[in-house]
Formats: sequence, structure tokens, C-alpha cells
Amino acid sequence: MISRRQFLIGLGGGMAIAATTPLLMAAGSERVIHITARRFEYTPSTVTIAAGEAVILEILVSDVVMGFNLPDLKLRADLVPGQPARLRLPPQPAGELPFFCDVFCGSGHENMNGVIKVVA
Amino acid sequence: MGNAIDRREFFKLAGLGSVVLVSGCSNLMRGTNQAQQDFHFVQLSDTHWGFHDPAVNPDFGGTLPKAVAAVNSLSQQPDFVMFTGDLTHTTDDPAERRRRLDEFRRIASGLTVPVVHYMPGEHDAALDNGKAYSEFFGATHYSFDHKGVHFIVLDNVSDPTAAVGDPQLQWLKDDLATQRPDSRIVVFTHRPLFDLYPRWDWATRDGDRAIALLMPYNNVTVFYGHIHQENHHMTGHIAHHSAHSLMFALPAPGSQPKRTPVAWDASAPYRGLGYRRVRTEQARAGYTLAELPVVKG
Ligand SMILES: [Cu+2]
Ligand SMILES: [Fe+2]
Repeated sequence: MISRRQFLIGLGGGMAIAATTPLLMAAGSERVIHITARRFEYTPSTVTIAAGEAVILEILVSDVVMGFNLPDLKLRADLVPGQPARLRLPPQPAGELPFFCDVFCGSGHENMNGVIKVVA
Repeated sequence: MGNAIDRREFFKLAGLGSVVLVSGCSNLMRGTNQAQQDFHFVQLSDTHWGFHDPAVNPDFGGTLPKAVAAVNSLSQQPDFVMFTGDLTHTTDDPAERRRRLDEFRRIASGLTVPVVHYMPGEHDAALDNGKAYSEFFGATHYSFDHKGVHFIVLDNVSDPTAAVGDPQLQWLKDDLATQRPDSRIVVFTHRPLFDLYPRWDWATRDGDRAIALLMPYNNVTVFYGHIHQENHHMTGHIAHHSAHSLMFALPAPGSQPKRTPVAWDASAPYRGLGYRRVRTEQARAGYTLAELPVVKG
């Protein structure tokens, strides 16, 4: 059987999957997905994960204080430059989970958003 | 008069130029304590001065002056006008922010109504915690009384996390302590205090705490802006009414993937924009709302 992890590596072009740091986690072996943030965008802004897969989102902002809010799961984090924020995403059914910046960070703030695509 | 509380809320909605009749009927006002004559006020919202995308509003420089003229021409003048935030469109340049606030103030000063109240939206205040706004318009939260109604202006935008915050919640608690359970209370705020549509951040982070403080009061109505369209919602016995914008309309919550402004329709200019007249119905402890267009069709 192909493990879900192997299957997912390389999904979605331009995705900054941390292929080099897959199994360094202590408890569990959840995939860590790195997202960077700066005014007024997340990179990547589309993250694809598999249904039923728990992942860790590690988000690092490079310029100013802002936020990361995933309202469907009531998950949020403050993003502070130099301090990576970690959010654990429990296994999800297929669907789309939008996220956005919830700390007003400037003229493009209202368009600073992205989506986690959960595929079956 | 028995003290039976008969609480009815009914809404009559009819598209453009709709009139919403809200009747919250509790035990009629006891005694004759204050000058409780009926009056009306006007709510203007989300004027976004400084916005300049002609695909969304080609009359970006003329819509606010037209609204001012429309209010001035009302046959019955309101007792006061309330601007519920986003007076200006946001800018990253502090000097430009002040220029926009100054221009807005100059245009708003064309209102012939002698009393005009202001409050900020996040576009005015979230990038500097309300500093520039306060230089022009003073406090970002305050309360006042008018003809037997207690008005509370709540700031849920100067904190960039869109929260009311502990100090202001304590202030709200203290302010409410001066009121009786049956006092007529109107709250003005910019963002919805309840979770209207969290996917578009149409909420206030600690809005539930503000609502919890208001809950013990029987006659509370909230008027707000931010979502650039009419919305009428009840949290328990508290009615929440959002207003149109005077710059651009936003789509109905969840009606499209992204919260992008509604494009200008040349065949129906100014559609979706407008302002609100609110008439108190003291005998019934309710309000009659009329949504009025920028230009008469
Ligand atoms: Cu707003
Ligand atoms: Fe607005």
C-alpha cells in the first residue's frame, strides 16, 4: 500500500511542501506544511491535503504582525515576525477550508486569504 | 397596565426602497419620566472616502456629496445623523489617511442637521489604533442620551484584531449600569457583534461578550455597517440592523467565493447604495426603518 504521505509529496505545483523535514516531529508523524506570510499574501495560498490526514501548519510571517484564521475549525493564531506559529489540523473530510488574515495589516488586508483543499 | 410582556418583532421587507417595520413591544413606558417624543435619526455608513475604482463606482467623488444633499432635502429633518464607520478608505500612508479624513469632514460638514455623530471603521482606525481618527473626531466610543433613548457607540475596529477589548467592555458594563432593565437602548457599532459570516470575517472577536452584557436589557437595538448591505438578525430579543454603504455594495454572505465588491451597473446606477432613516416609536418601544436611495429614481 502506498502511504498517504508518499502519495501527497509533490501534489500541486508550486506547493512549498517541506519534503526535507517530514518525520522530525516528536509525537505522531504528522506532515508539517510550511506557509509563509507577508503583506498581503500567504505562500502557498492553496494547500492540498488528503481527507483523513492530520497535518501541522507552520506559519511564519516575515514583515508585520498579522493573523491566520481558519473559521470552519475555529482555529486561529497570531503571527509575529520571527516566531513560527503552529496549528494542528485534525483529520478532515473532503472539502475546502478557507483561511484569511484576521489582524488588519494594511491596504491589501481584506484580500489576504487562501484555502486548504481536502481531497478524497 | 399589566406587566405582561408581549414581544413581537416583525419585518416587512420589499426590495428597493424597502421599509422595515420593527416592533419590539414590551410593557409600555411607565410614568412620564423624560421627554419621550418620537423622533428620527439618519444612519449613513461606509462612505469609504478615498476609494477610487471606477469599475465599482465611477461616481466615487460624487456619491457622498449626493447623499449629503439627499439628507439635507428630507422634508422632515432628523434630530441627528450618525455615521457608522469606514468614513474613509484605508491607506498605508498616515499623511494620506489624514488628508482623506479631512476631506470627508469637510464634505460631511455640509449636512444642515446641527448634530452629527461619528465613529470609525477599521479602514479609518485599525492601522494606528484610531490615532488619526481621534485627531479629527475625538473619542471612538462614547454614549449619549436623546429624548429618552440611551445611545451607545461601541468601537470594535481600533483594535486591529477586531475586538472590543477588556477595557471597553468594562466601560460598557459601567455605562449600562446607569440604565434600567426597560430603558430604551440603541447601540451603534461598525462590525456585526454576532457571527454573521465568519468565512468573510463578518464578526467581532469578542462580540459575544458585548451581547452578553446587553442581554439583561429588554429594549436593545443595534445599528451597524461594515457589510455594505441590509441585514436583519436577532440574537435573542436584540435586533441587529446593518446599513448600506455610500461607496460600493458587497455580495450577500456566501453568495460567491470571494468578498469582492459588486460591480457598477450602468443601467441601475447607485443600486445597492443608500442610507437609512430610523423613526422611534416610543409608545411601542420599537423603530421604523426606511432605506433611502442616494438619488431618487
Ligand atoms: Cu468595515
Ligand atoms: Fe466598509
